Amino acid sequence: MYGKGLRPLSIATVAMLALSLSLVFFYAPLDADQGFIQKIFYLHVPLAIVALVGFVVGGVFAIAHLRTNNRKWDAYSYVSIHMSVIFGVAVLVTGSIWAKASWGHWWVWDEPTLVSFLIVFLMYATYYPFRYAIEDPERQARYASVFAITAGAFVPLNFMAVRMAQSLVHPRTFGTANGGLPGEMMLVFICCLATMALLWVTLVKFELTAKSASGQVKRLRRAIDAPAPGAASRIAPEVS
Amino acid sequence: MTSSRAAFAAILAKDLRSELRTLQSLPAMALFSVTTFVIFRFGLDRTQLSGSLAAGVLWATLLFAAVLGINRLFVAEREEGGFDAIRLAPIDRSVLFSAKAAALVIYLLALELVAVPIFALFFLQDLGGLAPLALVLLLADLGLAATGTLISSMAVNSRARDLLVPLVLLPLVVPLMIAATGATEPLLALGGPGYHRFGTWLMVLGLYDLIFGLVGYAVFDFLLED
Repeated sequence: MYGKGLRPLSIATVAMLALSLSLVFFYAPLDADQGFIQKIFYLHVPLAIVALVGFVVGGVFAIAHLRTNNRKWDAYSYVSIHMSVIFGVAVLVTGSIWAKASWGHWWVWDEPTLVSFLIVFLMYATYYPFRYAIEDPERQARYASVFAITAGAFVPLNFMAVRMAQSLVHPRTFGTANGGLPGEMMLVFICCLATMALLWVTLVKFELTAKSASGQVKRLRRAIDAPAPGAASRIAPEVS
Repeated sequence: MTSSRAAFAAILAKDLRSELRTLQSLPAMALFSVTTFVIFRFGLDRTQLSGSLAAGVLWATLLFAAVLGINRLFVAEREEGGFDAIRLAPIDRSVLFSAKAAALVIYLLALELVAVPIFALFFLQDLGGLAPLALVLLLADLGLAATGTLISSMAVNSRARDLLVPLVLLPLVVPLMIAATGATEPLLALGGPGYHRFGTWLMVLGLYDLIFGLVGYAVFDFLLED
């Protein structure tokens, strides 16, 4: 039942990916200062924004889970965080490549956005061992929701603290008085942001569909008394 | 309200009395921090510390010593059936959160009462920064108690209790440590305490305390349901 609309959504995502990438490579002007390498910005920044929003969205689903006590929301929260962690790996890798090209080092410590993102990423990486350590599935779901809410509140606070601790050397692309993006770049950027958000939604929907399908298979097997092949995952919540 | 206050006082008094009788957390925390200072003395090969190095050594040591106490915070509740008793009692369950956090703040203050003078004795030349440092310590303890109580209550019901607290707590307190070391660094600077951005860091500490105090208070109910 989660599979409904998955096909058009996937097609739209692929089309948007193709459109955005061709815009990035053929339409967006070359950056006068950084040249070709600056184009990774169209990948890196949207990925980071989507991952962070995804973490917070996971926290909102967790609130819904605690309020309604419906396990569905726990699955939503888990998948959102799971997908954002995967996006987070991509953010750290692309950020590293950009840092190497632009500042000459793979990792730059006096770089608040990079460091904050790493801390947030480490925080959410502990979500898996945390879930895994709790055996009772209902308690696991509740504790995971509490974790997701706490970590969701932690994200903005952490960004504030790290930013205050360091000098401002990260390119402030938006909202600076005389800076800002030229119109063409802004257009491509917004297109990329929409694409990444769409990609995130599609992947989340995909995983929920897969979980729901495997849950159904398991229930059907139980109904005909056939043993399930292989052990079920102990941390991924089941979807009905 | 009065019943909540009475329950809060009862749980807090119970915790402090059992700690006083068994002494299972505090001496270990104090001993751990003194040993860690000695290790830092050789690890860094310094006999005097000041500025950022002093702040880093002090806060890293206090944080790890606090983790020892946080690990044990709910062990008695789980092993001796304290959770069941709280569930049976006709009181607001969030009271357990505030009482445990208050107990943890008292443990941390007791730890610092021992560890900070020893730190000063070992490493510091100028003791002028210690009085304003007390304010930083108090604010950081409140935040550490809020997050520590929350994580500890979850970890104690898991298979990997001793593993989960450091694993989950450390990234969670990074902003707290940034603010605490930021405020401490000028206080312990060579040639007298400075107050560079002192107020800003205190505000960050206060904000952290407020946010995680409220989050802990709001979600703690769900951790006791069974």
